[in-house]
Amino acid sequence: MTKKIPWLVILTGVVTGLAALVLTKAGNPGNMGFCIACFLRDISGGVGLHTAAKVQYIRPEIIGLVLGACIMALVRGEFTGRAGSTPALRFVIGAFVMVGALAFLGCPLRMVLRLGGGDLTAIAGLLGFIVGILVGVLFLKKGFSLGRAYKVKKSEGFVLPAIMIFLLVLLLIKPAFLYFSETGPGSMHAALPIALIAGLVVGALAQRSRLCMAGGIRDTVLFKDFHLLTGFLAIFVTVLIGNLILGQFNPANAVQPVAHHDYVWSFLGMALAGWGSILLGGCPLRQLILAGEGNGDSAVTILGMIVGAAFAHNFGLAGNADAMTDGVFTAGGVAPAGRIAVVLGLVVLAVISIANLYRGGKQK
Amino acid sequence: MIDARGLACPMPVVMVQKAVKDGAPATVEVLVDNQCAVENITRYASNQGYRVSVQEQDNEEFALTLTK
Repeated sequence: MTKKIPWLVILTGVVTGLAALVLTKAGNPGNMGFCIACFLRDISGGVGLHTAAKVQYIRPEIIGLVLGACIMALVRGEFTGRAGSTPALRFVIGAFVMVGALAFLGCPLRMVLRLGGGDLTAIAGLLGFIVGILVGVLFLKKGFSLGRAYKVKKSEGFVLPAIMIFLLVLLLIKPAFLYFSETGPGSMHAALPIALIAGLVVGALAQRSRLCMAGGIRDTVLFKDFHLLTGFLAIFVTVLIGNLILGQFNPANAVQPVAHHDYVWSFLGMALAGWGSILLGGCPLRQLILAGEGNGDSAVTILGMIVGAAFAHNFGLAGNADAMTDGVFTAGGVAPAGRIAVVLGLVVLAVISIANLYRGGKQK
Repeated sequence: MIDARGLACPMPVVMVQKAVKDGAPATVEVLVDNQCAVENITRYASNQGYRVSVQEQDNEEFALTLTK
């Protein structure tokens, strides 16, 4: 038995890492070359679904990721309209994945970027993410399934790509009803062409290689299959080396860019995100890619994430970053409302996990 | 015949894994409807020592035959 080296996944990881470094250099916030949760949150604010003035922007990276995956799927003949696998549950799970990720301040991809930048506070998130995945895997082994999807007309598959094209048009003409941050992370962004091209390239490669942040750890545990994990590691190694070369590697556990050191809630937030990602069949990045390939269920999941982000910021559920202003340290963290939301999310996932167990073809 | 059509990743592989672990059959037949599932099952089955043949059908479905 010879195991092939997964060059395509490794290439995707390296390109994703390089793109993240370029985007950060070009204006994105620190360790935030990509962050699916943060960028969907910015889009949510950009179209006025939440009113947190510091996190509102139409992120071209998201548009590029979906359209890049869509174009690659069309070229390869893999674009198929597919839907019908418990979309309402997926919407709810997507919303809570977002609540968990925003409590931590980053999706699984940004978690890797934070680690590669020396952000030691992200270790709590990584541990939580792994535990969340293990819990999800336990339910998969017990027979959890959200049920099958069905082939549908291609128009269903074009819903999210069409929304992304619409957002791109809005971003180009900048109508007055959109919101754009003037300070804070939302105001920090690479120029539109750079961000869009980075998204397109990574989206196309991620479609081809099936890169998934949750899938790597899941497959390692479930099947002893390290295929996807190599992509996860390639991103980390690329970003680590890149940050070292650029002099941006800053190993510390305090005052990291857009991060807090509330370890317990970083852990639980990412446990929620990891568990939810396993139930959904992939991390937030993978959901974007699947939606680009024509998967209507993943499109609904992304809409759930956008709504979850709106709730997270309208009700103060998202984590607050540590700050150093004029030499004065202000500790960030997750407020009581955010803690309640994370616990509620864990309870909801437990209910969904148990309610969707199948054994011998029968639902319990 | 395992019918894994319409199921999201990694469910098709989980179903194959269950069949393989339950009795290590000499032949396993699987029906899927997306390329990702074909790749994942092929990788898993190869790692378990199975040979995999894939037959693409007219309706964008794939019949996989795993043999020891």
